Amino acid sequence: MTGSPLIRALDRGAVAFIFVLVAIGIAVPLLNLLLPPSSPWHVPTYLVALWGKYVCYAILALSIDLIWGYCGILSLGHGAFFALGGYAMGMYLMRQIGTRGVYADPIRPDFMVFLNWPELPVYWYGFNYFAYAALMVLLVPGLLAFVFGWFAFRSRVTGVYLSIITQALTFALTLAFFRNNFGFGGNNGLTDFKDILGFNVQAQSTRAALFAISVAALIIGFFICRTIVASKLGMVLVSIRDAEARTRFLGYRVESYKLFVFTLSACMAGVAGALYVPQVGIINPSEFAPGNSIEAVIWVAVGGRGTLIGAVLGAVIVNYGKTTFTSGVLAPYWLFVLGSLFVLVTLLLPRGIVGTWRHMWQKHRERQDAIASAHAAADAEAAPKPAE
Amino acid sequence: MANRTTSALLYLDAVSVSFDGFRALNDLSLTVEPGEMRAIIGPNGAGKTTMMDVITGRTRPDKGDVFFDGSFDLTTMDETQIAELGIGRKFQKPTVFEMHTVEDNLRLALKGERQARKTLLWRETPAEQARISEILGIIRLGGVRGRVAGSLSHGQKQWLEIGMLLAQDPKLLLVDEPVAGMTDVETHQTAELLKEINRSKTVVVVEHDMTFVRELGVKVTCLHEGSVLAEGTIDQVSTNERVVEVYLGR
Repeated sequence: MTGSPLIRALDRGAVAFIFVLVAIGIAVPLLNLLLPPSSPWHVPTYLVALWGKYVCYAILALSIDLIWGYCGILSLGHGAFFALGGYAMGMYLMRQIGTRGVYADPIRPDFMVFLNWPELPVYWYGFNYFAYAALMVLLVPGLLAFVFGWFAFRSRVTGVYLSIITQALTFALTLAFFRNNFGFGGNNGLTDFKDILGFNVQAQSTRAALFAISVAALIIGFFICRTIVASKLGMVLVSIRDAEARTRFLGYRVESYKLFVFTLSACMAGVAGALYVPQVGIINPSEFAPGNSIEAVIWVAVGGRGTLIGAVLGAVIVNYGKTTFTSGVLAPYWLFVLGSLFVLVTLLLPRGIVGTWRHMWQKHRERQDAIASAHAAADAEAAPKPAE
Repeated sequence: MANRTTSALLYLDAVSVSFDGFRALNDLSLTVEPGEMRAIIGPNGAGKTTMMDVITGRTRPDKGDVFFDGSFDLTTMDETQIAELGIGRKFQKPTVFEMHTVEDNLRLALKGERQARKTLLWRETPAEQARISEILGIIRLGGVRGRVAGSLSHGQKQWLEIGMLLAQDPKLLLVDEPVAGMTDVETHQTAELLKEINRSKTVVVVEHDMTFVRELGVKVTCLHEGSVLAEGTIDQVSTNERVVEVYLGR
């Protein structure tokens, strides 16, 4: 635990991981844009969009790992923050449609015209500006997490009770967003997007750019998480996870620490959602579904909680599996696969993929050290004493 | 801050706590002077741990006064505030951060900034490093400083927890059953360690082990059914008829 916080954050594994991400973030868009479709190295646009979606899921997984893996807060409602960020971005994209909508109203989105709303509700004001929408992407999930966390952590709601409340939170939001008069497009949500910052969201180059930006956001998120977990703040978080009462009696204000990471994590989830929406082209209330949040927790468990890299890998691997499965004859069985995956990982691989790998590597190193020191001792015994 | 009302470092007056009708503490009054070491004994359910809970803010008393340093009303504070005042606590079951190294356990306990903002940018100073090494020497864990605390033996965990108390640099140490599960040698070493600590700090020890209490050689308070049954030297207390009756059953 020496050196500046920055040096501690960027250990060898973290630097290598960031390099890999940078390479992917540059290579995939270039292979898509520069190579002709006939080339074997060409990455088709649909894959760029699909992988971009995985990257957004990876950011969400990272945000869950920060609070669950390092601070023991199991949120089963993180999909809510993801979806709120997505809706904030969706509202911006809706306002960009302008007169190109079915009803060609310059201000009101189609669903409002359809519902005979005379004018734009106040809470839709400002979303025609990207900067404002971007601010809301961070602020709305962050504020909700802050208020929710303020009450929950102050009342010392922990463990499974907290998980249940977060689950209820996301379920309540699903119901609210399903309502037409809530003002966010009801059941259909927000879709039919045209432009983002003046660029066509469907265009190949925009998709490539969105992919690169998502990877950049993942790198920044990873770096922030690494900085936190490698600092003394991170040590306190792990202490809270393992022995909350002890941490309190040492004089740490546990609820402030929890509130800080929980809010930060919600903002990260919001960014993930905001990047997700232009790439999939729709946001609707099903994103709030409790099942989504649980699925995200499974990604982290599979990859290895408390490892950060594992969360990213878990999100990509499980979602790759989901894409493969649900597009073939096995489609009806995906939920069984996901369920059994969670059960099997919990039983056989409780540390997850990366966690298990790190554990085995450490054991291996310890064995090597023991052998080396045994050899050294034997050598010292065998060697003639310098005095003789 | 109110005016000082007592010379005692720790002052409990007529404290009562009940859980679902069970009176864990019943008009308990107790004072501990600055610099003193006090041993608290008593059969199971006598209220020893509840008393610790009241002092450290984990449990609110139904009635009674609890003052620290003559002027701080502990009944209105929470665990964190009380810890910041300078009261450290060792739990009955050794509670250390199992996933952190021995050194990091002490580092976290070390007196210093406790705010989340400050810990993010924290860098260790040479003074802090020196203090950690010093404590490692006192608790005899210098050889395992880099090991994960979860891999320590039971006795070593107990010492580590005492070391964490020291690192906090409290005025008052509450030590709950420090020698439970220790070998005779370890028990003896722990008594030496506590005596050493008592040179600069006030200590309250809750313990079952009579040989250990005798070895400490300090004033003993015997609790029974939530109030003080007897107080005095170990010889006075252990020959007290009521104490004998309580311990052997009536």
